[in-house]
Amino acid sequence: MENNVDFMIHGLVKFHLFGQELWITTTHVCVLIVMLVLIVFAVIANYKIRHAKEIPDTFQNIIELIVESLDNMVNNIMGDNAGKFRNYIGTIFLFILLSNLSGLFGLRPPTADYGTTLCLGLITFVMIQYNNIKYNKGRAFTELFKPLPFLFPINLIGEIATPISLSLRLFGNVLSGTVMMALIYGLLPLFIKIGFPAFLHVYFDIFSGCIQTYVFCMLTMVFISQKIPEGKS
Amino acid sequence: MSNITNEGLILACSAIGAGLAMIAGIGPGIGQGIAAGHGASAVGKNPGAKGDITSTMLLGQAVAETTGLYGLAIAFILLFANPLLGKL
Repeated sequence: MENNVDFMIHGLVKFHLFGQELWITTTHVCVLIVMLVLIVFAVIANYKIRHAKEIPDTFQNIIELIVESLDNMVNNIMGDNAGKFRNYIGTIFLFILLSNLSGLFGLRPPTADYGTTLCLGLITFVMIQYNNIKYNKGRAFTELFKPLPFLFPINLIGEIATPISLSLRLFGNVLSGTVMMALIYGLLPLFIKIGFPAFLHVYFDIFSGCIQTYVFCMLTMVFISQKIPEGKS
Repeated sequence: MSNITNEGLILACSAIGAGLAMIAGIGPGIGQGIAAGHGASAVGKNPGAKGDITSTMLLGQAVAETTGLYGLAIAFILLFANPLLGKL
């Protein structure tokens, strides 16, 4: 029983750096695989678009569809500010989507490791604060003392909680799906294991993964556009 | 009672605590249900705005889900990375 259920992160290679013991884990390998797939796809897509035809073939149509729908999503939420953020949102959307879906292909989803999602959350946090200071200048700091000066600690915690709740949301959802699938695979007898878990994969990996990807990108966009005042772009 | 080791007691209580932590799932469940219900009635009143209503509803539900996920994180920590065992 104990050996069947397996959803933990495994260390593969151990090395020492600056006196610390560091591990190359399954998460790193899965992130690399996801990145490799994305890079290969990007290179082929780039080649295809450079040699775009008058009458697009299937692959060109798919690329155009992906780019168009990502741009539309960003345009709908951010409006006039969309221009600068299309690249970032599109990139993290594809990365998180592929990471969540990688559970289907037998990998351990990289987003089920808090290290990955915290990094994504911190990138978002830096972008939020950068835009806050860029557009609001001094008001970015005085805003923390409103409406009353002694509320400063609460406002500060509110700002810091943003990346933590963002990353915990993604992490919790993907990890709960992974754990549940591992438990089900461990519990079921062999002859039910073929076919039946597919329905659960549809929910835990595809449905939940897509929704969480959408939510992460959506919240990133909402938080960033909250910090940009009206009429500035 | 004398057969219970310190470690076993901590593990048993951690399992109970993990179960109790998942009571946090009640709140998000009710909240998401209310959000979905209002979303459905909004689509009924204004079918043209279905896309906007759906995305707003999903966003609200995702934010409401956070509290439940905090409970889930506590449960996972108690079950798989128990900090209390180190205090023995």
